[in-house]
Amino acid sequence: MSSFLSMKMPILLVLPVLLASLLACQPDTVLNNPYTDADSQQTVLYQSFSERPKHLDPAMAYSENEYAFIAQIYEPPLQYHYLKRPYQIIPLTSTNLPEVVYRDDKGQALPSDAEPARIAFTDYIITLQPGIRYQPHAALAKTEQGGYRYHHLDAQAIAPLKTLNDFASTGTRELLAEDYVYQIKRLAHPKNQSPIAEIMKNYIVGFADFAKQAKDLPKTAIKGMSLAGAVAVNDHQYRIRINGKYPQFIYWLAMPFFSPMPWEAEVFYNQLGLSDKNITLDWYPIGTGAYYLAENNPNRRMILQKNPYYHPETYPSEGEPEDRANGLLKDAGKTLPFIDKVVFTLEKETIPYWTKFLQGYYDASGIASDNFDQAIQFTGTGGLALTESMQAKGIQLQTAVQTSSFYLGFNMLDPLLGGTTEAARKLRQAIAIAIDEEEFIAIFMNGRGVAAQGVLPPGIFGFAEGQPGINPTVYDWQADKAQRKDIEVAKQLMAEAGYTNGIDPKTHGPLIVYFDTTATSVEDKPRMTWYRKQFEKLGIQLVIRATDYNRFQEKMRAGNAQIFAWGWNADYPDPENFFFLLYGPNGKVKYGGENAGNYQNPAFDRLFEQMRNMDNTPERYQIIQQMQAIVRQDAPWLFGLHPKQFSLFHSWFGNLKANLMANNELKYRRIDTAARADKRQQWNRPVVWPLLLAGVLLVLLILPAYQAYRKRTQQTLS
Amino acid sequence: MIAYIIRRALYAVPLLIGVNILTFVLFFIVNSPDDMARLQLGQKHVTEQAITNWKQQHGYDLPLLWNDQAQSGQQLTETIFYQKSVGLFWFHFGISDSGRNISADIRERAWPSLAVALPSLAVGLWVDIAFALLMVLFRNTYLEFGGLVICVILMSVSSLFYIIGGQFIIAKLMCLVPISGYEEGFAAIKFLLLPVAIGVFAGIGSGVRWYRTLFLEEASKDYVRTARAKGLTETQVLFRHVLKNAMIPILTGVVVVLPTLFMGSLIMESFFSIPGLGSYTIDAINNQDFAIVRAMVFLGSVLYVFGLLLTDISYTLVDPRVRLS
Repeated sequence: MSSFLSMKMPILLVLPVLLASLLACQPDTVLNNPYTDADSQQTVLYQSFSERPKHLDPAMAYSENEYAFIAQIYEPPLQYHYLKRPYQIIPLTSTNLPEVVYRDDKGQALPSDAEPARIAFTDYIITLQPGIRYQPHAALAKTEQGGYRYHHLDAQAIAPLKTLNDFASTGTRELLAEDYVYQIKRLAHPKNQSPIAEIMKNYIVGFADFAKQAKDLPKTAIKGMSLAGAVAVNDHQYRIRINGKYPQFIYWLAMPFFSPMPWEAEVFYNQLGLSDKNITLDWYPIGTGAYYLAENNPNRRMILQKNPYYHPETYPSEGEPEDRANGLLKDAGKTLPFIDKVVFTLEKETIPYWTKFLQGYYDASGIASDNFDQAIQFTGTGGLALTESMQAKGIQLQTAVQTSSFYLGFNMLDPLLGGTTEAARKLRQAIAIAIDEEEFIAIFMNGRGVAAQGVLPPGIFGFAEGQPGINPTVYDWQADKAQRKDIEVAKQLMAEAGYTNGIDPKTHGPLIVYFDTTATSVEDKPRMTWYRKQFEKLGIQLVIRATDYNRFQEKMRAGNAQIFAWGWNADYPDPENFFFLLYGPNGKVKYGGENAGNYQNPAFDRLFEQMRNMDNTPERYQIIQQMQAIVRQDAPWLFGLHPKQFSLFHSWFGNLKANLMANNELKYRRIDTAARADKRQQWNRPVVWPLLLAGVLLVLLILPAYQAYRKRTQQTLS
Repeated sequence: MIAYIIRRALYAVPLLIGVNILTFVLFFIVNSPDDMARLQLGQKHVTEQAITNWKQQHGYDLPLLWNDQAQSGQQLTETIFYQKSVGLFWFHFGISDSGRNISADIRERAWPSLAVALPSLAVGLWVDIAFALLMVLFRNTYLEFGGLVICVILMSVSSLFYIIGGQFIIAKLMCLVPISGYEEGFAAIKFLLLPVAIGVFAGIGSGVRWYRTLFLEEASKDYVRTARAKGLTETQVLFRHVLKNAMIPILTGVVVVLPTLFMGSLIMESFFSIPGLGSYTIDAINNQDFAIVRAMVFLGSVLYVFGLLLTDISYTLVDPRVRLS
């Protein structure tokens, strides 16, 4: 020990000093780069994900975080135009938009303006572009004799495999119409548990019967089975037949559910033993899209690589008028995609995620509440802008109101707040006025939201701007903006409903209402307190009934909730996708539908039935306004807010335009890698002087101890 | 010793069955198979038929513990409990409710957890013992008193503070290492430096105090006085005699945790994006994935029992007086 103290300790102390000196001599060294140098040879985009996707099978995936991956890989026949607004459907793998043929109950073709009542079926005839090829994949690898190389693997061949990349050979083949038909059959097979299977039973002809037939058969058996509503006409054309008229079906054709699936993939992945290695179709997609999944480790990193066989597709040459000025048409006509590789890293915590963004190691970021003040400041006019530190880094801010609606729902089956009586309606209206959504947005969302005036969010056909679009039950139009009505108006409504000053005439005490929620954590407490205070304005006592998710869902299904918070994110940009949430036959308690508040109004239902099958015409617009007026008056929802998405992008990130409908936007994006490398170098220079300081301090601390020890050991006994 | 090991292994069987039953009961008190199906199927367009299909596909359409409809022995075997539990005893964890093979996931995620935990334990042990011996060396001086005060301060601070503080100073301000991430092989070193350093630093306070107590107890024994009387230096006494004789309680603490090291650390792995097993169980509970929960609880129990057995065996190696019977 004494030799240790006398010899090794000074060496150890000198080490940090040496290291620091070494680093100080190399100012260009970047030590904190989390990526490998090999990436600098390619155009790589770095993104993160906070939750691993549950499914990557297009028959099953339905979440935003799953679409972030599979929408780059799988290609349905249609897609949304990247730049044009309102959102416009355009061909992706098809040559044109589908040919739509209406047919009567005898199968005879009808004119395009036929009465909806006469239309028994609608045919969507889709013609594919020839020559589109799948990504390189082991399922398509063939032997020299022409057989599939990996379709008959034995246990010995499977044993050494760890990932799909361990297969030595890959192959490709042309995309065929049969692949789209095969995928529709997969949607119907109960073993695939597609979340849209139950909806499609109502639309695609023969879908329900097919599901019954396939129920006990293996997944691969569907290849030889026929589905009346989905037929391949030839190699490049297929037809989908749906019941009646359902114009919104075209939007479904732009969703990954309707992507092609080669039968070879299912045969390959269903071999015994591969699932034990997590080599499944749910985890290793096979598509024709701009990218393929080159690495799949959902607990660490997912890597998309440019598909070498990607079919010719070019950047749009048209957009909104301001797109040219914003530089969004500079790449018009150029071949997609621009980025070679996309690295998604799992980042669960906000602190390292935000730090990496500021260091330039992530190219884009959202803004968590903790970092909001660091990123955004309020301008003198009440608007929001980037802070000076963000501006100094050249960071770009992009905002967009999401096509989502969050609301407080009233259970219309509840004896107090529900029903169509005048008293209940006035009580709901009073509560709607009292709960100050603008304040909620300011306090709890840092201003990132827009108070809702009705069912529809901005950007959806039927949404009215300005005075015609306000909710007259809750707002007045004053000084060119919607102004929430005075609380006295709400109190007056309470009095008219029979609850003067919030007193319940039956109990002679304050009226008690119940708010059912899953907000059980400590972080939710301020929000719940805020709600209580809003109700107190009317003298109402709000009781928070916070339960876990399962119990809450049970209450909702049984109709035992009174007031609840709910939300809806658009599947597609059509008003039908929002108004169906209030359609009577979709009631949750009676029919198990998505109408969580169990609202039922015959006049509204009639208008909905009329509106849902219409094209976007002025007549449809008028009907939508009538429907809005009915629900504003009935107040089955307390229209809450439409969240506003704030995204930050570094200066080297190009072709940025928020598209809330398209999920395949990565192929349009561009990265200036040279500018990024410069900035990273500039922002991540190692700071070494604290190491030197720490070394000196350590010496100063240890020296007295060392001296004391020496003194003690050399001391003579007296 | 072999007889002892076999007996301990047999004792473990009823214990593991008990743990399994407890996990099963606790899980299904909170979640029903319908709830699990709803969570897996998402929030949109979930119909009763879809839930029935899901339960059928995942084997949750059977009764929980007893099947009245079945005959004789099948009343017990045709249940969710039997079907989902029996494979565990052969370490066949099966497929998670979200469709991934659990054994493959555990194999893949155990290594990164081990890559953090093993160096943290080894370096931490070395540092703690070294500091504890130094404090014993300087006992009854201001150095010992100062060291103790620092130890109490260090152990009073939350480990989360060390993580956030370490990331802020070392990775953000000084830019010396990546703030989070992971790579395979030797490339992992630059990602492991900070979490290991923080893990070691966060454990110094409690570790040093604990080992100091052990060493002080040994240092007051007769054989130490004899060693000193022989003319050995204080460092020779501490390193040759005190350290060796204090090994039994040190081993008790260390060997028992060795098998569970690869289970990972939730907070550390989460903050440093280490793709380990730390969050595997918590994520499964949040996702109501019973298949993973039962597998991980079972595995945790097995490893704990194994750790205790290893501790007993290690006693015989360091102390010739101990005999297992």
